Amino acid sequence: MAKVFIYPTTSLILSDLVARYGHTPLSSAIAIRERIQTAGIESIPLQITPEEPKKGLRWAAVEVPSGVRGRMALYGPMIDTCDAAIIINDADLAFGCMGCARTNELVKYLIRQKNVPRLDLNYPKNEKEGIQFVAAIKRFLETLGGKK
Amino acid sequence: MTEYAPKNPGSVTKYIVVESPNITPSELAIRAYEISQGVIIKETCFGLAINGTEEEVDRLIAQLRTVDSDHIFIKDRGFLPGDPRRCRANLGGARPGFHGIEFETTVLPYISTGLEELRTRDAEGIPAPQNPLDRKKLDVYILKKLIETQEP
Repeated sequence: MAKVFIYPTTSLILSDLVARYGHTPLSSAIAIRERIQTAGIESIPLQITPEEPKKGLRWAAVEVPSGVRGRMALYGPMIDTCDAAIIINDADLAFGCMGCARTNELVKYLIRQKNVPRLDLNYPKNEKEGIQFVAAIKRFLETLGGKK
Repeated sequence: MTEYAPKNPGSVTKYIVVESPNITPSELAIRAYEISQGVIIKETCFGLAINGTEEEVDRLIAQLRTVDSDHIFIKDRGFLPGDPRRCRANLGGARPGFHGIEFETTVLPYISTGLEELRTRDAEGIPAPQNPLDRKKLDVYILKKLIETQEP
């Protein structure tokens, strides 16, 4: 069972397909759950404390805005531990402020720098593309040793 | 600064999104109530949010998937069902993560078609989708044609 990083990290479709074909999806919910379920000082709404931008220094330089470093504290450890990645390139739902936009660019850059199997896709726009989309993900996940 | 004590530490929360012509979220919720053992189930407009121990949640999901496997989709959630930091009842307007699900719901019928098709067809025989990173260069003959058709 391989750990597969998904982008957009909140994607329902990728999360479901990766789990359906026998692998572990690495999504933002897992990183958030880790913080929500850890006792400490209250820091609503996501329990992101001032410690997170410090942890983010591992993936982004000190002159990078703290918003990017704080987000990288969530995504960085998942990128480090992933065995493969699936990226949807036309994911408008990942649009956000500059913090989100720059983090998204950095996340995609780090995955491309990391020498792991990677699948680049776009969202399907019709049924024919839907079949190709699911088949491509199935083939990709089978090469990682998933269930048939 | 106030201390923070998490509720239900060690539990797992998952969303079950129903995009099916055969079953509604409320029918699936009733089915989930029938077979759940100590799992919190919350019915939403698009499906269910369930919370419990990892083993119980996985067992429940495996059974609920059998109801309509190609039209039921599951993802992890960080917060508990009805958490006041995320619940729209407290915030007003849609829950922040809803917009992502709302967008992907428009794509789910195509995914369901793909899953149904792969039950009868081998994935190896289906052509790969176009790689979005492949940028097509302008063909020199098309460029020549464009130059020739340009009005003076």
